Formats: sequence, C-alpha cells, structure tokens
Amino acid sequence: MTTTHCPYCALQCAMRLEPGPDGRLAARPAPFPTNRGGLCRKGWTSAEVLTVPDRLTRPLIRKDRGSNLVETDWDTALDHVAERLLALAAESGPDTVSVFGSGGLTNEKSYTLGKFARLALGTSQIDYNGRFCMSSAAAGGMRAFGLDRGMPFPLSDVGGAEAVLLAGANPAETMPPMMGHLSAPALLVVDPRRSATAQVALDNGGLHLAPRPGTDLALALGLLHAVRVGGWVDEEFVASRTTGFEAAWEHAAAWWPEHTEQVTGVPAAHIRAAADLLGAAARNRSAYVLTGRGTEQHAKGTDTVSAWINLSLALGLPGRAGSGYGCITGQGNGQGGREHGQKADQLPGYRRIDDPAARAHVAGVWGVEPDTLPGPGRSAFELLDALGTAGGPRAMLLFGSNPAVSAPDSGRVRSRLAALDLLVTADFVLSETAAMSDVVLPVAQWAEESGTMTNLEGRVLRRNRAAEPPPGVRTDLQVLSDLAVRLGQPPERFATDPDTVLAELGRASAGGAADYSGVTPARLDSGEALYWPVRADAAPTPRLFLDSFAHPDGRARFLAVSHRPPAEATDADYPLVATTGRLMGHYQSGAQTRRVPELGRAEPEAYVEVHPDTAARAGLAAGDWARVTSRRGRTRARVRLSPTARLDTVFLPFHFAGDQAANNLTNPALDPTSRMPEFKVSAVRLEPEL
Amino acid sequence: MSTVQGASPRQIVVVGNGMVGARFAEEVARLDPKGERVHVSVVGTEPHAAYNRVLLSGIVAGDYSADQIRLPVPDTPGVTVRTGVTATALDTERRTVALDDGSHLAYDELVLATGARAAFPPITGATAPDGAPGEGVTALRDLADCHRLLALARPGAPVVVLGGGVLGLEAARGLVGRGARVSVVESSPWIMRRQIDQPAARILADRYSALGVAVHSWRVASRWIPGTGLELDDGRILPGDALVVTAGVRGNTELAADAGIGVEHGILVDDALSTSDARVHAIGDCAQHPGGGAGLVQPGWEQAGVLARRLTGTAPNALYTGARPLTRLKAEGIELTAFGRVHEADDAEGLETVTISDPYGGRYAKLSVCEEKVVGAVLLGFPEAAATLSQLFDTGAPVPADRLALLQGLPTAAPEGQGAVAEAPVCRCNAVTRTDIEQAWLDGARTREAIAETTRATTGCGGCVRDVNALLSGMGAQAPAPVA
Repeated sequence: MTTTHCPYCALQCAMRLEPGPDGRLAARPAPFPTNRGGLCRKGWTSAEVLTVPDRLTRPLIRKDRGSNLVETDWDTALDHVAERLLALAAESGPDTVSVFGSGGLTNEKSYTLGKFARLALGTSQIDYNGRFCMSSAAAGGMRAFGLDRGMPFPLSDVGGAEAVLLAGANPAETMPPMMGHLSAPALLVVDPRRSATAQVALDNGGLHLAPRPGTDLALALGLLHAVRVGGWVDEEFVASRTTGFEAAWEHAAAWWPEHTEQVTGVPAAHIRAAADLLGAAARNRSAYVLTGRGTEQHAKGTDTVSAWINLSLALGLPGRAGSGYGCITGQGNGQGGREHGQKADQLPGYRRIDDPAARAHVAGVWGVEPDTLPGPGRSAFELLDALGTAGGPRAMLLFGSNPAVSAPDSGRVRSRLAALDLLVTADFVLSETAAMSDVVLPVAQWAEESGTMTNLEGRVLRRNRAAEPPPGVRTDLQVLSDLAVRLGQPPERFATDPDTVLAELGRASAGGAADYSGVTPARLDSGEALYWPVRADAAPTPRLFLDSFAHPDGRARFLAVSHRPPAEATDADYPLVATTGRLMGHYQSGAQTRRVPELGRAEPEAYVEVHPDTAARAGLAAGDWARVTSRRGRTRARVRLSPTARLDTVFLPFHFAGDQAANNLTNPALDPTSRMPEFKVSAVRLEPEL
Repeated sequence: MSTVQGASPRQIVVVGNGMVGARFAEEVARLDPKGERVHVSVVGTEPHAAYNRVLLSGIVAGDYSADQIRLPVPDTPGVTVRTGVTATALDTERRTVALDDGSHLAYDELVLATGARAAFPPITGATAPDGAPGEGVTALRDLADCHRLLALARPGAPVVVLGGGVLGLEAARGLVGRGARVSVVESSPWIMRRQIDQPAARILADRYSALGVAVHSWRVASRWIPGTGLELDDGRILPGDALVVTAGVRGNTELAADAGIGVEHGILVDDALSTSDARVHAIGDCAQHPGGGAGLVQPGWEQAGVLARRLTGTAPNALYTGARPLTRLKAEGIELTAFGRVHEADDAEGLETVTISDPYGGRYAKLSVCEEKVVGAVLLGFPEAAATLSQLFDTGAPVPADRLALLQGLPTAAPEGQGAVAEAPVCRCNAVTRTDIEQAWLDGARTREAIAETTRATTGCGGCVRDVNALLSGMGAQAPAPVA
C-alpha cells in the first residue's frame, strides 16, 4: 500500500493506493487536513487512468503531416526531435523552439522544464497553461501583498470563520472535499449561476449574488461602497497596515448599490445584506474572501482580483489569524508550477527573469554565465498564437497540457499548432493535442513516479510512487535529460532522480520569495506541514503576513481599480453571454477523466445549461442538440434546462473536445497585466443543431 | 493607438466639473493615458474637486461625509482641472472661452457640461429679491446646499420639502432618519408623478406616513414664512424651520444661448452630441437630445463615454442614440424602481399589464409588456424583480413566459415534461442515490461507515452525512433484518 496524493486538483487530497482483487491499483481516501478523509468521484476512480486501454507505451512518429502516427523506438524518436530542433535553431535562432508546460507537473518537472528551455534550448519562448488558470490571482496578490501564495493560511483556518465570500468559485462541484471546511461559516457566493455551491449557501442561510458575467469588478466595487457606508471599514487596520485606501475609494464611490444593481443585476438590497453579513463577521476578525476562476478569467481579471482584495483590506482581513484573502488554486500544482521557472518571465524561487540579482543567483546554481540566460518570452496565448507565424516559433515541446482543447479560441490555436514545423508532445494518452503532433513521447503517470507538489495552501507535499511505469514508458525528467544530452548538454546537468532535482531546486530557490531550500525528502516523509517559505534552518510558514506584508514598507496596497465592460458586447446576432466552467466528474480538457468509464458515463457529452424561456425562444427543448455560435467559432451541446439560470446567460462545461469544445467559442482578449484570456464572457447565439 | 510623430495633441475644453464633465475627463484619461491624442482642460465653478451629486441625499441621510463622495481626478498628463473658475462667454469664431479670472482658453473642441440648477417656484418668500434663496430656504443641488440644509435641519426641527419627486423623497427619507419632522408638498396629483402611477404613489405615500413623513399631494404652496413655515393654498401652515426646494431643475444653457447656439429647454444636440456649432458639444443635464435622458446620471455618463471615444478618435463614429431612463429611489428601507411606460391604461393597444397591489404589505408591482419586451415597470418592495426587469428593459431581451414568477423573483417553473426526471443523488460528490443506499443496506451495510465503504456516500464534501444517517435509521425502523 502507498499513501500519496490525488493526480487532479490543487486540494491534493491524500489517498491510499493498493491493488484490488483484479491486481490493478485502486484509490481510497486517506486522512489529511485538506480533504479530511474525503475524496470526490474523480479521486476514487483516479487509478483507472493508469490502465486505460489506449495508454501510450511506445513513442509515436509521423513521416510528414499527411501520414499517420506510427510506433517507433525511443532512440529514433529522440534523435529525430533533437536533430530537427538543432536544425531549426540553426536556421532561425534559439527562439524558434518553444516549450509549453503545465500546472499539473511536479515542482521538479516545472523546474527542470524551465532550466531545459533556458540552457539546453537557449530559448525565451516558454510558458505554461497556468497562465489560463492562476495568473490574474497571482498578479493581484503580488500587487497587493508583494507576494503571491494562493492561500496565505492553512485551509482549515477557514472552517472556523463566521462568513466566507466565494467569488467565482464553485468548490461543491470542483473541489468537493473542501466543502467540509465550509459547513459552519455563512457563505456568500458570487456566481452568475445557481451553482452547487450557491445552493449550499442558500440552504444554510447564506447569500447568492448572481452578477451578469463580466461585471464582478463592479460588484466588488459596490460591496466596498456598501461596506464603507455600513460603517464596517476597519479604520485602524487601514491606517496602520495599508496604503492607498482613499484613491481606491474614489473609484468605489461611483458604485452605490443602486447603480451597481443596474450594471450587475444584483439587487441593491442583496449588496447591502452581503456587506452587513461580511462586515459583522469581519468585526469579529472571522471572515474570508476567496476568489476562483469565475472572477479571474477575464480580460480585467487582475483588476477584479484587486477589487476583491481591496474589499478584504478595507475589512481588515488579510495578515491576521482567523481572517484573510486567498485564491483557490485550481490545477494540482498550480501553486508550485508558477514559482519555479516555467513561466515566461520567471526564474526559480518566484524570481523575475529580468532581475539581474536573480539571474546571477540562478546562473550560479546552474553553472553558467548570467548573460547566457535568455530574457522574458511570450505569455501562453501570445506564444500559441505566434506559432508558425513570421517571427514566431516553428517548433514546440509540450508537457502535461492539451491546448487544442483547453486554450481560448481553440479553433485558432489548433490552426497555429498545425502550422508548426515540429510539434512534440509528452503524454500518457493520445490527447487531442498529442494526436496533432509529429512526435509523441509516452511518459509516466503520477503514481508511477515520485515528486513534490505545492497545494492550494502553499504546502509542499510528496507524491509517492506506487507502481512501476509500464515497460517502454519514461518519466518526464528522463525525457528532458535524454533530449538535453542530445542537444549537447552535460548529462549531470539534467538529473532524472526527483530527489536530486529537489535538492537543486532548493538551492536555486534559496533566498527567493518561494524559498524551498529547507524542503527535504526526510522532512516531507515525516509529515511536517511544509508551508513555504521553508528555509533550511527554520520552521515553515503556515500563515504569511501576520507581522508585515511583503512590500518594502511592510504595508498592503489598495489598488485604484475601476470597472470596464467585457471585451466583447452582446448584440442582435450574438444576444447571449456564454460562460464556461467545470463538472465534478471531469478534469481540465477531460483527456484523463473522459477515459474513466464511470466518469464518462455520468457526463458523456457537452451540454449547455440554459433558462427554459431562453431555450424555448431558440426553439430548443431539454435534451435537444443545440448549436452555440460565437464570433470565433461554434460548438455542439445537449440542452439542459435550469429554471434558476439568468435569462441572458448560458453555461458550458469545457471538458469536451472537437465539435463539442466550449473553447471553440471563447475570447482570447487578454488581461493587460496577467495576460489571462477572457474565458468567462463570450457573446453567443443559440440555435437548434440541424 | 499610434499617433503622428510630432503632432501636438488637440485641445479640448470642458466647461463644468460636475459628474458628467469629470466623467468625460476620466474616460479620456482611460482612452489616452499618456495624453498623446488630446489635452483636456476642465473648468468648474465650485471651489472643490468634482463629487458625486447623486449621493447628496446620502449626505443628508448621514450615510456619507463630503470627502467620501469625491470623484477621482485623472492622474494623467493629458488632463488638467481648474476649480473655482467660471466660464463667462464663448467666442465660437475665435474658438475661445472667457473665464471670470480674466483669462481665455483656446479650444479645438468645446464640451459643455454645465449641468442644471434648481428651479424655484414663484412663491412669496422662497427667493430673495436678488434671486438667491430666501431665509431658511435651500435647494439640494450642490455641497453648499447640503451644508446649509444640515445646519437648518437639527434633530426635532420641522422641515418642509417642496417637491415630491425623486430628490425630494430621498431628502425627506434622510431628514426623518436624522430626527427632523418632515412634510412633503407636491403640486401634482401624486408624488413621483412622472415616474410612477397613482396606485403605486398611494402605497408609497403610506410608507412615508408610516415613517413619520406627512405627504401633501396636489397642494400648491402659497407663501414661505421664515421662522414659521409654509402656507398652502388651502390656508394650512406646515411648520418649518427650513424649506428644501426640490421642485425640478433648469438646464444651464445661457453660455450656449449667448453664443448663438441652438437652445430649447436644453442645449440641442444630435446623436454625435454636437450642438448647432460642430465644434461645440453638450452632455449631461444641460443637453437636450431627442432621446431624452436629462436629469439622470446614467445617460449623462453614457454621453460622456461616447463623446470621449469620438473626440479622442478611438471610435470617431461612436453615437449616442438615446437613453432608457430608469429611476431608482435611494431611501433607506424603501425599494422603488420605475422605468418606461407606466401611465398608460391597462387596456392600451398592444400593451399587456400585470399588476400586484398589496397595500397592507406596502408593496406594489406593475409590469408592462409589449411585443414580448418589457416596456415599463413600477416596483415598490420587489427588489429581486427590480434587478432582473431593469436589465431586461435595458437590453431589450424578451420577457419570460411566467410573468408572476418574474415579478416575485422566483425561478421559472420547468416546462411540462421537462423537469428533473433522474433521481436526485443523496451524495452529489459520488453520485450515490437513495436507491443505491437502500441496496447497500439490503446487502448488509448497517452503519454509515459500511455504507461509505460500499457506495462512497458521505466521502466527498461530507454534506450528506445527516441524510445518510436519517436514511439508515429509517430503514432500521421499518425493514426486517436481512436473512443473510
């Protein structure tokens, strides 16, 4: 039996893996502070992905774009990739080769991937799918607090609060065991849909505020307004621990509740009630504000996060035990994945790649000259959109991601991927992106290798190996090392043993914001709760900011943010707003969960959730196939009626592929700071699919 | 957003630093953050920074202090604001504005955002011979009025509000909350005559009476007697230490009219928000657009946005095509929203009306639908419906079939035969139904732990523990012990 953590989301529920009667591994929940002995249906069935019938065990290669992928051996595949990469780089420079990573990769892999890009390829062109996930919250947290750790406190703290506001988060669907922490507090759920979490809030005497998609920022300003008028501002905290309140207020001053109601559709009375509920809890230092993707995945996501943080700061929540602001990180290693250098502008330890001191430190650990390190590259969507264009990369190496399904405006992204000279994907099944690739490298899954993950609280955890990878399968670290050597790197520079990489990551991150220098296998195995920063000679940090925020003056900053409309408006041709989200039974692009029979049966196909009147006007009844069309593309989905839906909004889960992909619709308008695309607001029309 | 190298930015002068003038500057700053396209000079008569006039009644109510309603001043090189300066004349030939400090400002484009001022009815004592407010009399248009009123309306003092429109009723609510004894006088047959119908007004007046505000509709004031009160046309005298005049406004159009620009009751503008002089534009309460909208801030802000896009060249063809004015009373404890066609007879051609009247509960709702669109509503005490209906009105989206549910803020009933048919799970996280749990019980699972072991119920969020326990105890009581 092996005790480990789940392959999916950032809650990283603990689980035990043991062989079942059929000899295959099966997962069972294990006690741990985040999941408290619980698992959702994805976790229960997670081990089934290890033995899916179409598991890849041999590298695949195609002669040219017209040919099919055929099996080959590792040497042939790797030699081919290295030869092509060298040739393309010789022809067009190092930036012609790009790398795309993932928030699902372990810390060791994220770190090695960044190092591989900068040293073995010498390219600046690396980014990862976490850009589509955590980037707005990370940028907002960084601006306000000087440091981004999604939850700067243990999740279990939240359970003791009187009130918790969840903005654009639906943990009852996406992170069910987290709800165990939310049974006592009064919940205030901000979501355009009557989500499972919103229903829990209402059933337990809380509030559901349902803004029109794209107006969360206005709602947060309206709440700040109502909080001040209600007399709930913690003046002493604002004066002693923050700066910038008055400038932020001047923008909120224009959002009195009745005006906010007009823009958001949230009744003014509910705005006041929410402010009073939150304010009374805050007065007892017993309230939290948590944000999720619903409020962050917008072209103004960073400012929206800032508006929620402003609200928290006005109430005196952050930097105190028993209250706070946090974001609910999504992907399994969404936290660690954004700290160790697979992001375009970043070096390990949450360092900036344009900071000379950071470059000198990391170059020292890597044994190279600082000026050999490339500078910042393109952000995820900009990188994908540049593929195969003049001046853009001609090759891409892709690990742990499926952008053909998960990127915004995925039709456009698929055509960019198809325009590459060389696409190489490392995966364990033939995902939609792998199927488009020139070379596919079969790699190990979570239970077949060990490595560390950093969960949504900033706690570093260890996943333990429970089984050997199938014959013919290599680990991502092995693949990177094999390629690096073929590209002329000394073998000792790219270790394949996760513990060796962890030790090096510790040295590279030492002294950085996300300092892992004290994370060791021994401390991890002892069960010590390693919340970063974890320095070699010091205790970990379960709660950040208690004495001081991370800006030089020690204060948190209010940001003077104002509302602006979504990047595209509805009109007569596209009269409805489509918003996207997750289902309990599926994870991300669905490449894993759609292959689990129990999960696939429960949600086999895309659906569109729509108000009965809106459906009737489109000539649609429950169970019909609908065509949903945006200005960019269209998708097919089965109609599901929801009497509590907003009349102007439809919802689609994004776990389905091809002509059922919700991301065929979504808008790649980017946030100016975080470069987050506007996944959550697309103008669409709804028609019967003929 | 590239600009011609070396070209100097065009000069825009904005006359008026109220909500709309300040918003115009803010929009320009957003569209042209470096001031490369245009330079904006705002001049305002009031000595302080721009503020949110809509919230003056909130200052009266004690919800805000004066600095809390200040508006942001754009911090960009392209915008300068001068306060305490009044524009006195326009020269549209030379394209200059004369200021009362003796200086002139040259413009390429001129924006008039001069707003409106309170209209004082011709009542003896209400105005001094020089036209200023009489002793104990004030309007409620600016901060100075607000301070004057608060000095007069001490707790326990009688105050008369002349004009039972939106502003008058908001002021009355604020004043009574401060402990003043308030009467409202309205010369029309009912209060908020322009926005709501008579049955709604009757219930609204009752709500005010319950708060201690005496409402006198269809009464004309004849004389203000300082130190005594307001005499009505029926000879009654309403006691008053103060008289607040909220009986309508008059657009500040003199500057335009004197320069020969076309003016009726406001400065005439087209969809480009241009006046009869193509380089002079007008927005907000001083402007008169065929689509209406004066008197409310939302249309003024929309005009500011459109004009900023036009004049910065970021959307040179942007147009303002009129407002869908919506009235929302800001009065503590009273939720009132009104918009659109509310005065037509219920049987008017093509109009379909749903009305709910609940005088006992102090609630009233009227919804007017025409060709499947919401064309008007009065909603007193229906906060959820107000939010939904005002968005339906605003976007012109079709109205749902279940009008009553809509008015009550309830979900629409699922259509016949399309409701939920699948058995709702007891444990959502693991999709475990009651049937599954009963089957597990029949198979011998007698404890919650045993049920969890076989079905996974309760192992997700844990929210169904109570339900599973209840099912277990129910089955334990009713069913015979299994044989096996």
